[in-house]
Amino acid sequence: MGKEVIGMDYVIEMLDVSKKFGNFYANDHITLQLKKGEIHALLGENGAGKSTLMNVLFGLYQPDGGEIRVRGEHVAITDPNVANDLGIGMVHQHFMLVENLTVTENIILGSEPTKSGMINIKDSAKKVAEISKMYGLDVDPYAKIEDISVGMQQRVEILKTLYRGADILIFDEPTASLTPQEIDELLNIMKKLVAEGKSIILITHKLAEIMNVSDKVTVIRKGKGIGTVITSETNPEELATLMVGRQVTFKTEKGPSHPTEEVLKIENLQVNDYRGVAKLKGLNLSVRRGEIVGIAGIDGNGQSELIEAITGLTKVKSGKIFINDEDVTNKKTRKITETGIGHIPQDRHKHGLILDFSVAYNTALQSYYHEPLSKGGIMNYKVINERAEELIKEYDVRTQGTHELARALSGGNQQKLIIGREILRNPDLLIAALPTRGLDVGAIEFIHRRLIEQRDSGKAVLLITFELDEVMNVSDRIAVIYDGTIVGTVIPQETTEQALGLMMAGHSKDVAEKKVLAAEKDGDEQHVE
Amino acid sequence: MNSMSNRMINILVPMISIFLGLLVGAIVMLISDYNPITGYMALWNGIFGDSYAIGETIRQISPYLLAGLAVAFAFRTGLFNIGVEGQLIVGWFAAAYVGMAFDLPKIIHLPFALIAAAAAGALWGLVPGILKATLKVHEVIVTIMMNYIALHVVNALIKTLSGGGFKLERIHESASLRSEFLSNLTDYSTLHYGIFVALAMVVVMWFILEKTKTGFELKSVGYNDNAASYAGMSANKNIILAMVISGAFAGLGGAMEALGTFGNMSSMGGFTGIGFDGIAVALLGANTPLGVIFGATLFGSLKYGANNMPNEAGIPVEIVSIIIALVIFFVACGYIIRVGLIRLRNKKEAK
Repeated sequence: MGKEVIGMDYVIEMLDVSKKFGNFYANDHITLQLKKGEIHALLGENGAGKSTLMNVLFGLYQPDGGEIRVRGEHVAITDPNVANDLGIGMVHQHFMLVENLTVTENIILGSEPTKSGMINIKDSAKKVAEISKMYGLDVDPYAKIEDISVGMQQRVEILKTLYRGADILIFDEPTASLTPQEIDELLNIMKKLVAEGKSIILITHKLAEIMNVSDKVTVIRKGKGIGTVITSETNPEELATLMVGRQVTFKTEKGPSHPTEEVLKIENLQVNDYRGVAKLKGLNLSVRRGEIVGIAGIDGNGQSELIEAITGLTKVKSGKIFINDEDVTNKKTRKITETGIGHIPQDRHKHGLILDFSVAYNTALQSYYHEPLSKGGIMNYKVINERAEELIKEYDVRTQGTHELARALSGGNQQKLIIGREILRNPDLLIAALPTRGLDVGAIEFIHRRLIEQRDSGKAVLLITFELDEVMNVSDRIAVIYDGTIVGTVIPQETTEQALGLMMAGHSKDVAEKKVLAAEKDGDEQHVE
Repeated sequence: MNSMSNRMINILVPMISIFLGLLVGAIVMLISDYNPITGYMALWNGIFGDSYAIGETIRQISPYLLAGLAVAFAFRTGLFNIGVEGQLIVGWFAAAYVGMAFDLPKIIHLPFALIAAAAAGALWGLVPGILKATLKVHEVIVTIMMNYIALHVVNALIKTLSGGGFKLERIHESASLRSEFLSNLTDYSTLHYGIFVALAMVVVMWFILEKTKTGFELKSVGYNDNAASYAGMSANKNIILAMVISGAFAGLGGAMEALGTFGNMSSMGGFTGIGFDGIAVALLGANTPLGVIFGATLFGSLKYGANNMPNEAGIPVEIVSIIIALVIFFVACGYIIRVGLIRLRNKKEAK
């Protein structure tokens, strides 16, 4: 893990770089050296200073100390244009694309090539197609952004940097919004890019990706450089320990469940979406006190509609929903919440938080109408603030204070805020939809522990997730959803990921288990998928 | 550390903006062969020249305050109420009618007339609110149309009530906001108690938004209606409520004219413009109650003071309008000046 000798084969060297905000060191003497043709991962928790470091490299921030060299030469990157000229391109986590323009139009935006005053789309599209082919990006230059998948939109972002001549690419949390399949594709593309001589810095907190694709890993923790390791000489456990600063358990520890009476009961539930297309087609489900039921399935098989139906955010066409034996079908959201539901929504920005409200206001969002938070129509912001202080302490929400806007919090801290808010209301049923999306291992562990605590205190938990690991680790029972119905319910200890995968593709439990058995007999599990 | 604090920037931005507006206005006057110094002296005298001018300026500010509050309140709930003009017109009419048609003791009559104005404005806000909440009809379109309906319905009512005439009878003294005291204080200007009503409404808006449960819900819906419905709030209910409260503010703005400035209502050839200027007042004030005071003061002062420029400096009305527009334009561009100041500060700090 020692410092390496400075040589000419480094394309980027950030040596002892520091960046201060006020008295706070966001980057405290960090060194990162990127060799030509390598994928160098930058690993750290949410808020560890990864993005700050990359923004320094990209010219968005000026460093307060240290030196940056590009291809051996000392440079001052004063703004992103300088970075572009040096061949540094950034693929942002949140895409910067104009939805109703085509791929080519987006790529040339800002530097449109003209031919006697007219934009020359044809030549540009040809060039885009060439680059796309060269790196196997498979992007149609004439497709409109709004018509293509998230994965392809990201490839357009990659194309954009390549089109502008970048040979050093920074990927900022590139897999945060991708499906597992899209992630695989992206990692392959990255490998192809370095094979063609590009160099890549990959910002991430996902260990599996790092192990899969990177050559080296630089770990930072709380703004400090912890060191650089060679990927082939390390393992996920070591990386996680380096990143978090303590031992991290991947397999969440939990005792056996002791389910008692039923809290949630769904009978033959049918829900249509706003276009009238059937999304839930007679779904049955039961969740009891003292157990975590995981809903496993591929995105778009009715999970959103299921949550919205339970919480009263969408109309139920037919069927019944009972909470604690009370019929809540098509009741108002507030009424259902009051029967004892806590809801961690899948989209924390859209549903979970009001980003322009303070942290304190957000903690009151589900309970502001109760005494003592408000009385006789008048809010008591003093009490709200005190409660918020308690919540951020108990749930380790890292913030400058309860007056800070929720927008300013990192994703992990936003999620902890929501989870704290929902659990502190002490609900009989906690609905957790993708509770760990986009979070680092430390935060994931924290959240899983909270869910299990909730179960152990005799509450019911309904966990909706797209992550197989999560559903296998945390649930006591797994209900697999496919095309609007539950195709089977399994116990995690009695099944395999292969069988679950087959059920998620629509096979019944029996068929899935038989197929897995047959495949094992063949001694080649690869054929199953 | 002698660099600018944020507070100082907040004060500097509008001052620099107004100065730049006046500077470009001066250039316009120079080009059209008028003396900018005489022109601005006339503007100054028109606003602050004597106690009469000050009284009239404050009187002019009152309806702008209420129109600005109306627009700002709707904005905070995510609604664009362009119908303040119409709500103000029906408020004006309601107040003038109640003031004229009843004869009651002042302690009942004046509040009655004010409430009638607020109720009429609220009703005019209720219609677009309901249409938006139930049928998703965009409030901008409905409120624009409601402005025309207000204008023509009120004109027709005036005609009917006055037996074919063009104006209603004067209101009874018992419904009037006129104040001998304020008038004497300001050299017999038409300054009336309306300014206190308007300032009280500023406090009311602040109180609703910052202190009440309703305000919490209105702001929630305004910032993120998805999260608000997730939290069990009714977005529809809050949309209607916001439009009603906004309309009530606007209606009170009309009462200023009916019970204070004019004491009656005449049929109108076109819009008063106060409601539309309220949009600018609200935006200048960043939709906050305090900001609305600033915006309304700027608007009211310029509007009233500028009347003196043709009289005293012989500058044509058209050029005066250009100058006023320039000042408001630069204040609205305050963001650019703010960014410039912050850059300047950061550069200083870097050194």
